[in-house]
Amino acid sequence: MENHPTEGPSRVSRRSFVGYVIGGATLIAAADLGLTPEAAHAAPIPSVPQVPEVYDLNDFLTHCTLPTSNLIAIEIDEKGHAHFALPRMEVGQGITTAIAMLIAEELDLPVDHVHVTLAPARPELLFNQLTGGSNSMISMYTPVRVAAAIARKSLLEAAAILLGTNVAQLVAKGGVIGLPDGSSVTYGEAAAKAAKPKTEKVEVKLKKTSDHKVIGKPHRRIDALEAVTGKKQFAMDVDVPGALPTMVCRAPELNGTAHSINNKGEVLKMPGVTHVAIIPTGVAVRAKTFGQCIDAVRALDVTWNSGTVTTKSAKDIKAELKAGQIPLAVPKIGATSVDGEFTFHFRSGSSLEPNCAVADVRDGKATIWGGLKSPVTAQEKIAAALGMLPTDVTVNVVQGGGSFGRKLFFDAALEAAHASKAFKVPVKLMWHRADEPRQGRVHPMAVSRVRATVLAGGVLTFEQRHSSVATDFTHGLGERITAEAAALPTGLSNLTFSETIFMLATELPYNFGVVTQLLNEPKPAVDRFNTSSVRNIYSPDVATASELMVDQLAEKLKLDPVSFRRKYLKSDTVRRVLDRAAEIGGWGKKMPAGTAQGIAIHKEYKGATAVLVEIDCRPETVNREVRDAVTGPRVTKAVVVADVGLVINPAGVKAQMMGGFSDGMCQALTYSNHLVDGHFLEASWDNSAYTRQWNTPFEFECEVMESHGSQPGGVGEAGVAASMAAVACAYARATGEMPTEFPINFHEPLHFEPKSFIPSVPESPTDGLAYTF
Amino acid sequence: MPSHTFQLNGETVTVDVEDDVRILWVLRDILGVTGPKYGCGINVCKACTSHINGKAFNPCSVRVADIKADDEITTIEGLADTAPGDGLHPMQDAWLEHDVAQCGYCQPGQIMAAVALVNKVRAEGRAINEADLDTIRNVCRCGTYSRIREAIKTGQEAMAKGL
Repeated sequence: MENHPTEGPSRVSRRSFVGYVIGGATLIAAADLGLTPEAAHAAPIPSVPQVPEVYDLNDFLTHCTLPTSNLIAIEIDEKGHAHFALPRMEVGQGITTAIAMLIAEELDLPVDHVHVTLAPARPELLFNQLTGGSNSMISMYTPVRVAAAIARKSLLEAAAILLGTNVAQLVAKGGVIGLPDGSSVTYGEAAAKAAKPKTEKVEVKLKKTSDHKVIGKPHRRIDALEAVTGKKQFAMDVDVPGALPTMVCRAPELNGTAHSINNKGEVLKMPGVTHVAIIPTGVAVRAKTFGQCIDAVRALDVTWNSGTVTTKSAKDIKAELKAGQIPLAVPKIGATSVDGEFTFHFRSGSSLEPNCAVADVRDGKATIWGGLKSPVTAQEKIAAALGMLPTDVTVNVVQGGGSFGRKLFFDAALEAAHASKAFKVPVKLMWHRADEPRQGRVHPMAVSRVRATVLAGGVLTFEQRHSSVATDFTHGLGERITAEAAALPTGLSNLTFSETIFMLATELPYNFGVVTQLLNEPKPAVDRFNTSSVRNIYSPDVATASELMVDQLAEKLKLDPVSFRRKYLKSDTVRRVLDRAAEIGGWGKKMPAGTAQGIAIHKEYKGATAVLVEIDCRPETVNREVRDAVTGPRVTKAVVVADVGLVINPAGVKAQMMGGFSDGMCQALTYSNHLVDGHFLEASWDNSAYTRQWNTPFEFECEVMESHGSQPGGVGEAGVAASMAAVACAYARATGEMPTEFPINFHEPLHFEPKSFIPSVPESPTDGLAYTF
Repeated sequence: MPSHTFQLNGETVTVDVEDDVRILWVLRDILGVTGPKYGCGINVCKACTSHINGKAFNPCSVRVADIKADDEITTIEGLADTAPGDGLHPMQDAWLEHDVAQCGYCQPGQIMAAVALVNKVRAEGRAINEADLDTIRNVCRCGTYSRIREAIKTGQEAMAKGL
């Protein structure tokens, strides 16, 4: 960090770092969260004008005067186990497992002796407590290892005193420190001795990558046993006394608000119901069970105010986006131009765990429990909404049931706070599933226009104009962005935040002469639609459009898609993953008519991904029947090859690639929200056609390549873009028609009867016993 | 307030609750059994899949009044006790072997559905095939579907050996 206090820890040499042993009764080793192994960052970082609104320079300076304000700490207990409260959010992406592996590696401790929990909101970390942009492991890799190394060094020094020897004679292994003569002490015994009365500065060397025994080896998720036994706790499983189920009755139009309740007295008399009140997003109902909340929401008679996109439909938004598009610079020149225009419809970012949070707002204090990826911003904004100081709001972070960008926001936590304040009792607030696609955060709709010029057997220009519904980034900003305003190349500072993110994330790794890729948001207001940077915000759509065009260019220049990409790629990293995917997937093999292979690449997050798929578009497959389901073309085989930089947990990386593939495939084929007359039609998993087993490839293979990188790259989002693009390319090759609207089934007749908007949620069926198996 | 009695994970339980409350909320909100998850409330996402008398069912769509006193409901918390030995159910072991879970929210339902599917197919005197796996309706928004397919094949073998 640029403005780091001079007394703060710093880097000494390539593998040497300085941290602290914190004074106290137990051994606590700490390192600065701003530690990075490189003097300069690879990526230029933009300025963000909005920061002072939530956290000003004075706040920052105040915190900088605290010498240990930016520290993360590992504590060793009397059993010799390590404890670490991670200032990030686990939503299934596997970072708690990867962090435990880093600590185990540097401490020479078994992974199951490392306990990683999620830290509550720590405002002193400034913006260094935001989980997003696939940045967690990149930013935590060095500081966590430094803290663990300091703990190990302190334990060895204490053991040397206990055993009457010097550190050089000692060997630490599996939580025990021993001498060659067999005498030994455990980490637990050494920990008590290693505690320091006062905070001390310590210099340590990190292990060499070649000495790593844990990092780089596949490791099962540390919460796997809890997950398969039903013991893993999510926000709605937390037992907060008195926090009764609460749901919200929402307006028929997107973002409509409640004007008045016409039958409050009757609803309050319904079985189980305890409270009913208007909150900013609708009418909140609290009851003994969620089932009774659902009944009450259905019974409510509310007069509604209109929403934010009254009467608008998808075609209106498309017209807006096209009208506001930045013009292409190169004119259309007869047969030398290759043009394409692609539309990407809204899609829900909903995870399987609905938006939910527990809140207890009483006596001028508030406590929140929720799956929150930006808890510091949540704390600030909830305090402002309740008219409290941030110090009166405690935000506890609970593991989340998926996120995909959704949990960057704290919509349910804010609603729960409002409801608890109105009711003066604790609430356990959960969204009904029907509200998730209809009123929850969505991936913004976009139109991407591409024009390339081909002349004399080569590609001279490649222009892409991506026109998008505005993406909401008001959840707070990542530390790399806020901390490094000084590193800004000139000219970036006048871009909007979205444009800056787009510019930093979008890269076309081909030698296509003059290349420009530009984003604009014709209507920049973020309160019309509820958007968020759903898993890998711009890249899947941008890559799908550009990779389809790359296949067009290959055809025009009479080259095979793989040969063409090999010829024009400017990155060896991308070429390696492409070659490997082509090799594993048997690129070029003969396929029956109506089926085809497709291949696509993507470069982002310091790494690269190549995906090869086989798709079956024959009528007997497309028209196969599954009850209440969307079938259509089937991807029968998928190969994902990724270079993600230094790999901490290969099993975790592969899991992220499989998940990224599931997202990318359905975004190409089946998954969207239909905007009609001011609201989205989709209202549950029977309407939103996310990937299901009947869409899943029969064969899936993922290879994580040995990387030349020495730092971990991001993996949570890296698999989506090339997957979506490869499926689109395969579909084009199988059918002979390049798709231009995504998902490809968007204009087919709806596969469902839209559920009612009043009442806003469906009744739970009672015939479940007719479907047992 | 009506009283309802049924068998839950090997024990007799009695709850005082209105007749039309669905079993999912009786389990979660009244009895504090939180393994079965809410994902839709309309029997389409299958996150709450549990067993009734050994068969898969979705408690979000069954009224407590429709359950009889001798009906045996098994949730993920009670699954291991339905298998021989002291450890986990072989399907849970298979889930660990393939490190299936990501966020874990859907996985209790996935495992309960998998066990029921294997039992159903075995009763038909055959082994699981790709078409059987395609019939599983449980949503996994993390997209772990391929690992689920592999784990079920492993779990099926272990169940056949009576592990």
